[in-house]
Amino acid sequence: MITYGPFALLPNATSIPWAQIPAWPVAQLVQATAAELSRGARLCAWFAAPEDARACIIAVLAYDADNTLAVGRSEPFAGPYPSLTITHPQAHMFEREVWEQYGLIPAGHPWLKPVRRMNGNAPANGEFFRVTGPEVHEVAVGPVHAGVIEPGHFRFQCAGEEVLHLEIALGYQHRGVEEALIGGPYRGTMSQMETVSGDTTIAHATAYATVMEALGGSEAPLRAQWLRAVALELERLANHTGDIGALAGDVAFLPTAAACGKIRGDFLNLTALICGNRFGRGLVRPGGCLHNLETPRAEQLLKRLKDALTDTAQAVGWFWEAASVRSRFENVGTVFPAQAAEIGLVGLAARACGLVRDVRYDHPAGWHRFAQVPVAVWPSGDIFARARVRSLEIQRSGQYLCEQLLAPADGERFSELTPLAPDTLAVSLVEGWRGEVCHVALTDGVGHFRRYKIVDPSFHNWTGVALALRGTAISDFPICNKSFNLSYCGFDL
Amino acid sequence: MYVLDTIAHRLKRGCETMAYPDGPAPALPDRHGGALRVDADKCVEDCNACVPICPTQAIFRPEGKSVALDLGRCIFCAACVEVCPSKAITQTGDYRMAARRREDLIMGEPEKEQVRLAVALDEKLRKLFGRSLRLRQVSAGGCAACEADTNVLGTIGWDLGRFGIQFVASPRHADGLLVTGAVSKNMVIALQKAYAAVATPKVVIAVGACAIAGGPFIGNSQILNGADPIVPVDLYIPGCPPHPLTILDGLLRLLGRLEEHRSNGKH
Repeated sequence: MITYGPFALLPNATSIPWAQIPAWPVAQLVQATAAELSRGARLCAWFAAPEDARACIIAVLAYDADNTLAVGRSEPFAGPYPSLTITHPQAHMFEREVWEQYGLIPAGHPWLKPVRRMNGNAPANGEFFRVTGPEVHEVAVGPVHAGVIEPGHFRFQCAGEEVLHLEIALGYQHRGVEEALIGGPYRGTMSQMETVSGDTTIAHATAYATVMEALGGSEAPLRAQWLRAVALELERLANHTGDIGALAGDVAFLPTAAACGKIRGDFLNLTALICGNRFGRGLVRPGGCLHNLETPRAEQLLKRLKDALTDTAQAVGWFWEAASVRSRFENVGTVFPAQAAEIGLVGLAARACGLVRDVRYDHPAGWHRFAQVPVAVWPSGDIFARARVRSLEIQRSGQYLCEQLLAPADGERFSELTPLAPDTLAVSLVEGWRGEVCHVALTDGVGHFRRYKIVDPSFHNWTGVALALRGTAISDFPICNKSFNLSYCGFDL
Repeated sequence: MYVLDTIAHRLKRGCETMAYPDGPAPALPDRHGGALRVDADKCVEDCNACVPICPTQAIFRPEGKSVALDLGRCIFCAACVEVCPSKAITQTGDYRMAARRREDLIMGEPEKEQVRLAVALDEKLRKLFGRSLRLRQVSAGGCAACEADTNVLGTIGWDLGRFGIQFVASPRHADGLLVTGAVSKNMVIALQKAYAAVATPKVVIAVGACAIAGGPFIGNSQILNGADPIVPVDLYIPGCPPHPLTILDGLLRLLGRLEEHRSNGKH
């Protein structure tokens, strides 16, 4: 086992005995974490676990350039600790969450309020940051929105049309996902993992399955890993295509909106060709995959995929050729690269700020150790960049699938899962279509979950939406929000 | 791109709306399996294999009684179909499974081997909503999959607008609610308010296993196990998520529009 300062190092998709993670006084853990973040590490997760009637904080960091993760933990404690957020804003939502769940107070946190807790049955009650002045007005949107979309509350401070500040209050979708995992896994756990965020079924299911396999010290057969990689890219294609269509719809460019709405369904149907469900439910299981992609089926999939990719290229082409579309996207909803790094954006939103962050490339696990997708980056941080990265990723995922479908791994698609090791911590990162999906499991003395932490990419990225709105006209809120298209339920858990 | 190019592209793609319901329904994916059917009289005595394997507690076998499967709770994982030694639970491949009453989704007893499909609204409501139904969608603890496959009905392939059904931006403009999600405690007030804001008479449609009974999260302390405890549901559409075809069938069934289209098809 390798340690680095107070951290134990491990690669993605592996586990480590709890006893081998050194426990430090919390102030030292905060200090060391701050030092590593300043050196360019990234905070993947910061959460607490109950221990001896108190709680300890666990930090999971990523060193992207070194393809390595680091895990650190504090000694159990209660009450206040020095806040990490003061120096490193990427910790702000994590510290609020830890405070809400375990009562550990990040002393000095500038905006300490619940993340999702019930507060008189509606999370948006309570104080919002307010701008005052004769010209300033406040706009409240949600929880129920105008479209067919999940609920969340947005509170804007505006001067005329211009948004000075946006505060986002979520929690409406809270289903108690993490609570329900304690003592598990249970018979319903797998389907709960598939619906943590319903449009990211494959990524969350793969992260969960990988954690289970890592805890047992086993690995799914190669064929299953290949199949998971194929399904993950199909999920990306469906969502990116749907988003391009939705962005086109928001700027009233109907040809692309109409075409992409339909092509998105074509991609979903390809996932259904593999497993019967358009969202990939019932495919990934700890130990492997429940369905196979036999050669004739793979050939059919490839043929239909190529048709859909041709249609997509055409529909996306119309959109980029239209000056009216480009001018609505450029310099709107900008998150600057320095801000993006500071708040810890992940996934396509980070890549649209020029940050090279992609788990498939930085922390390859499963099939991505053998075959990688080139990382798509665009520097401008605006809606244009987020649309551009999507369109580049459609090309690259498409190309990747066309190659991989011709080069399947042979062998079994399922192997029996070995029992979960007791007192062990496992980490799994998967690059879902929005970004990094992080699952961390900690087992108790008999190999049941003592704590299970899920970090959906939306947990990092909602802060990006709030920043993107600053200085933007409030009428551009729908398109800014759409350009991120974050998950509410993945955040609320 | 110029306006004429745009028009030319659209013309080239032609009409992409499916023929259904005048023509045949599009095929479900072959591994989908469709609605389940339960022939409880085929059950092996004292067999209980399907009950513990179900992830959402959809299957019951009270002592001395025959097995019953609640399609409202079902997430269609087919684990029970595989484990059943006597083929008492089978897949029908049928996309139709929407029901008007909760008990119509419980299958097993003789005469009740399958879902009792929804009947249309009464004459008065059909007159009001039959040709124009405006719905306000409320996601209350949904995972975005039911929402996505409801949204899909608005795309050119399905074109829900041709039936006069439309999703609107305010409950004040709506004739009813379409609810998705297990109904998180944190959404109770919002759901109640949205329901109250719809003018009477109104309908409520529960889409997906979550909105019917809690879905994969059934029994969690933070949810209410579906919309029923908060709003009176008029139509239940099972699935996780239901296939768009299943949702469309349910909506048309509720409005009594399927007969009309069937007769049109013959002309």
